[in-house]
Amino acid sequence: MAHLRLGRGAGVAAGLTAVMLLAAACSSSSSGGGATPSASTGSSTDSSAAPAAAGGIKKGLVIYFIPKDTQNPYEVIADKGGEMAMAELGGKVVVSSGTADTAAAQIPSIQAAIQAHADAIVIAANDPSALCPSLAQAQAAGIKVVAFDSDNTCPDHLFINQANTEEIGTSEVDLLAKEINSTGEIAILSAAATATNQNAWIGYMKKQLTKYPNMKLVSTVYGNDDPATSLTVLQGLLSAYPNLRGIISPTTVGISTAAQYLDTHKDLLKKITLTGLGLPSQMKAYVHSGTVKEFELWNPSDLGYLAAYAAAGLASGTAKLDTGSTFDAGKLKTYTVLAPAGDTGPSVILGPPFVFNASNVDQFPF
Amino acid sequence: MNVMAADQLTASRATREIEAGVPLWRAFVRWESALVFLMIATIIFGTMQSEHFFNTTTLFFVGLNMGEIAIMALPLTLIVITAEIDLSVASMLGLSSTLLGYLFQRGWPIAWCMVAVLVVGAAGGALNGWLITKLGLPSIAVTIGTLTLFRGIAEIILGTDSVGGYPQSLTNVGVLPIPGTQIAYSFGIFIALAIVFAVVLHATPVGRSIYAIGLQAEAAHFSGIRVDRIKFLLFVLSGLVCSFAGILWTLRFATSRYDAGTGLELTVVTIVLLGGVSIFGGRGTIVGVVLAVIIVGCLQEVLTLLTVDAQVQNIITGGLLLASVILPNTAEGVRRFRSRARRKP
Repeated sequence: MAHLRLGRGAGVAAGLTAVMLLAAACSSSSSGGGATPSASTGSSTDSSAAPAAAGGIKKGLVIYFIPKDTQNPYEVIADKGGEMAMAELGGKVVVSSGTADTAAAQIPSIQAAIQAHADAIVIAANDPSALCPSLAQAQAAGIKVVAFDSDNTCPDHLFINQANTEEIGTSEVDLLAKEINSTGEIAILSAAATATNQNAWIGYMKKQLTKYPNMKLVSTVYGNDDPATSLTVLQGLLSAYPNLRGIISPTTVGISTAAQYLDTHKDLLKKITLTGLGLPSQMKAYVHSGTVKEFELWNPSDLGYLAAYAAAGLASGTAKLDTGSTFDAGKLKTYTVLAPAGDTGPSVILGPPFVFNASNVDQFPF
Repeated sequence: MNVMAADQLTASRATREIEAGVPLWRAFVRWESALVFLMIATIIFGTMQSEHFFNTTTLFFVGLNMGEIAIMALPLTLIVITAEIDLSVASMLGLSSTLLGYLFQRGWPIAWCMVAVLVVGAAGGALNGWLITKLGLPSIAVTIGTLTLFRGIAEIILGTDSVGGYPQSLTNVGVLPIPGTQIAYSFGIFIALAIVFAVVLHATPVGRSIYAIGLQAEAAHFSGIRVDRIKFLLFVLSGLVCSFAGILWTLRFATSRYDAGTGLELTVVTIVLLGGVSIFGGRGTIVGVVLAVIIVGCLQEVLTLLTVDAQVQNIITGGLLLASVILPNTAEGVRRFRSRARRKP
């Protein structure tokens, strides 16, 4: 009987050990980041009283960057740009999001920003409207909201437009038309079917295609910004449309996956042309091997940098949502808030899209 | 008759437990007490690591984030106790959200939309139940099938559209707590439902039948328990409750979308297993599941507050799931081995 009791005790002990292990795992995995938010928020509470720095931006601001997910290389670079800006302004960026591109995965991060008394949230929404209740909670708590990368339809926020939406859509069609002599079946490899930015660009692509009567859009497929899914839908596309001449992939994950596939399938490459929005660092190998001739993008680091300056300005009262008001954006100089148009509220545009090819792709570090 | 048979089965189980040197109440209490300890450890850890953790806002946010998941875990608990599983729960949530939006968009009064959604939920559950009990198919295969089926239908209905514009009085459930408290509406509903489920499971003949089915379905059948009927009704109940969770989800996000709740089935299963419900059936308590909800909710909250990488959070959830399957079975195995060793000489 005694040894049986011992057995039970051992069972409990095993349970407790597991609990301790878990707790230890939590603390060790978080100890790095653990101390910093509490320290920073301490200073953020002081920040309301802190003297304004040059340009009227308060010191010690805490800005939550909530990208679509934490692994998208493009958004990692944008987040770094934001960190750079806040380092200049004497504030701090906290990056927080989920691993899946869903609105539900972003909500805990918005809540964390509320609980940490952040000064502003910079968010790339995974859904145009599903985050509005949570963002409204944040705004009620005095947090300023800036949208970047993918806009949302919630009220009272500033959208940092990476480039003129219409210009991105039309220029990608023009780029492809130039390479395939404006003739043949084409397809679009997009990200999530719900992504606001993707759908806006695709809308303008369709509009621009009416100018090329011999080019026919046969399908739009969605790879959800996941390499495996992108590859699957790409293969489906290629087998369903054997006469496909061109693919536009307006997402960095889609274009790099497609380029990798075409690079290893040279027979396909003879008839198919690929273009879209890509990161120079991911694409340069394919540009040099001839798989991709030209693609577009803006500087994602500058995008994050501008978003952080806008957020800091709004939180300090030096930037406003009023049409025509201006704010300072450090090395990017001054930006003017544009009037709301259509679904887009107050916004600023980073700049025109930039075309990368073999002659310039090596010059960009991102 | 039913009751007696179930009691006999429970009694025979109790005899086994006593033979092994463990009183019945101990077998039930042990895992739950470990959970209480884990819950307290999580809360203390959160309070120590983040000054923003121990307050009523956390209570509200945890309730808000866990509400629908917790509600779906209740019928699943009963299903797992009967040694079956329902993996279509999150897809049913998504289908309900989609259907609610589709009908609302077409000008149906919101109350009628909700009734229609609940009817479809029960019908979806009945489909699962019919395939499992009448055709005798394994529930894991059937519900993986309906997981894809329900989500597929949802995608056909709404495509890439999203529907909003729900009355603000209803969408406030996603923003405001129950007046005078810091408890989210969905969590309040969960607690009320949990009490009902606990009474049914632990204090009625139906509850005893559910345990009996999980311990040995054939024996339960021969002792007069209508095994198939109970299982069928449990799947209908699951469909109904998940569609209700879908309504709450839609109102919380003020948006209908076919991909609502994608992947949540894993969280729901994690909670049920962490709550001490045996994946082999016959064992588990509602109290354990409630504790598991609180633990998972608090853990997620504190890890997000500490800006722990989402990937690391996934690893921790996976670890919890593994631990909750491995630990009780190891303990059981050790006990059996020892009791066998004792009988030999």
